[in-house]
Amino acid sequence: MSIKVVLPAAFVRHTDGQKQFASTAENLPGLIADIDQTFPALSTQIKDEGGKLRKFINIYVNEEDIRFLGGETYAFQDGDEVMLIPSIAGGSR
Amino acid sequence: MEYSCSAYELKCNECGKRFGNQPLSACPDCLAPLEIAYDMELARVTFTRANITAGPFNIWRYAALLPIPAGFQPDLPVGFTPLVRAKNLGKRIGAKNLYIKNDAVCFPTLSFKDRVVSVALANAQKFGFDVVGCSSTGNLANSVAAQSARLGLKATILVPADLEPAKILNTQVYGARLVRIDGNYDHVNRLCTQIADEYNWGFVNVNLRPYYAEGSKTVGYEIAEQLGWRLPDNVVCPMAGGSLIRKIRKAFNELIELGLVEDKPVRFFGAQATGCSPISTAVKQGTEDILPQRPNTIARSLAIGNPADGPAAAKMIRATGGWAEDVSDIEIVSGMQELAETEGIFTETAGGVTIAVTARLYAHGRISPDETTVVCITGNGLKTTDALSDQYHPERAVRPRLVDFDEYLRELDGAPEPELAEELAIAGVSHVH
Ligand SMILES: [Zn+2]
Repeated sequence: MSIKVVLPAAFVRHTDGQKQFASTAENLPGLIADIDQTFPALSTQIKDEGGKLRKFINIYVNEEDIRFLGGETYAFQDGDEVMLIPSIAGGSR
Repeated sequence: MEYSCSAYELKCNECGKRFGNQPLSACPDCLAPLEIAYDMELARVTFTRANITAGPFNIWRYAALLPIPAGFQPDLPVGFTPLVRAKNLGKRIGAKNLYIKNDAVCFPTLSFKDRVVSVALANAQKFGFDVVGCSSTGNLANSVAAQSARLGLKATILVPADLEPAKILNTQVYGARLVRIDGNYDHVNRLCTQIADEYNWGFVNVNLRPYYAEGSKTVGYEIAEQLGWRLPDNVVCPMAGGSLIRKIRKAFNELIELGLVEDKPVRFFGAQATGCSPISTAVKQGTEDILPQRPNTIARSLAIGNPADGPAAAKMIRATGGWAEDVSDIEIVSGMQELAETEGIFTETAGGVTIAVTARLYAHGRISPDETTVVCITGNGLKTTDALSDQYHPERAVRPRLVDFDEYLRELDGAPEPELAEELAIAGVSHVH
């Protein structure tokens, strides 16, 4: 099982320019642990002092906000495209 | 007219770092949204009542506290829309000091988005973008299309596929490239963040967002100036992404800081449609954690299920002692009709939301009748006429003869007027129903 993780441009300075990578994580906590291992610089960037994912990051699975899918309990499916996007762009009429 | 140049730069409100001026909307370090910070000492000299009142009757009279690049010569008279006393509406809902800030007539495209777009595009030009874009539920699309046409910029605009036909046509007419996306606003918006990353385009509400958002402050400046340089007790504001309500407060705070108005507490009230109410839900629950929603409401210009400024807006509303409410689609239509019938102002569905919420705030005693309350109307009803299509039907056509008109009136009103009845009796015409 493998998922594709897509990063916004703001993050690639912490991944040696990599815009995406493959992961075998089974859920969101697994993915964050994977990022801890593979991209420690990115990991410190996306988590706050308490080790939790920063509130300004949204996670999408394919086209859906992960919170609509059950959040941390959602089990990634083979081939899922998981996107990390800063929430700044929200909200404009 | 010389525009005094403001000194400003991007600042992260979360970690305090500053980033100069560039097309950037998230802090590279903590990812929080960036905002514009001004040199307030300079503003003490440039942003005075005398300088403002000597300026033109549009938003550029406030240029000293807007992020306008040096050398920019604004020539579109955006803003300075009417603040009207709403006595008739007030009587209906139990308000004695009610005002409507009427951006349904904002220039050039009949919504408050003209304010933010004019500031955003000034910066797009400065940053050297020749293609600009936005994600939009309609009003923003109209405004970006119109203003980029005038500035000679190419525009690519992304909207949800099911948008109101008038808003689609009002974008295409300016020659903008309109891309309909098979999804809701939140889907469109997510795609735009990726496009802005990939193509070097100036998205007014993505990478130009901090500049764009500052244009909203002008609503607040105008309210204070039009009330005779004083602040109201309450402001009721529609909420989509949650930015406008915060920027009006920022405007009031700047006026207080610079001594242009007397310091006083102002309560802020947010309005949403029940079919998309993540912010009002958070306010009612006493949290600033926004749970995203899948929008389902006729107020499509407010249909943002995951509002970026939602947490900050919810927090601010409660901090000022205000409240937020949401209303059903039926109430939204009534709100539109109510405002039109009492004050002669035709607003879009978002305005129906705001009026219906205002009525409820008075009915529930959250606002007292004597308090000075300003209701922000942000868009024009001509763009969402389909929301009213079930409410009115064309009557049958009448032949151009007086007897036919008389007949028609009798059909309509039942009994004829007394004088008319007399004449009809003389003429030997019997009464019809
Ligand atoms: Zn920061």
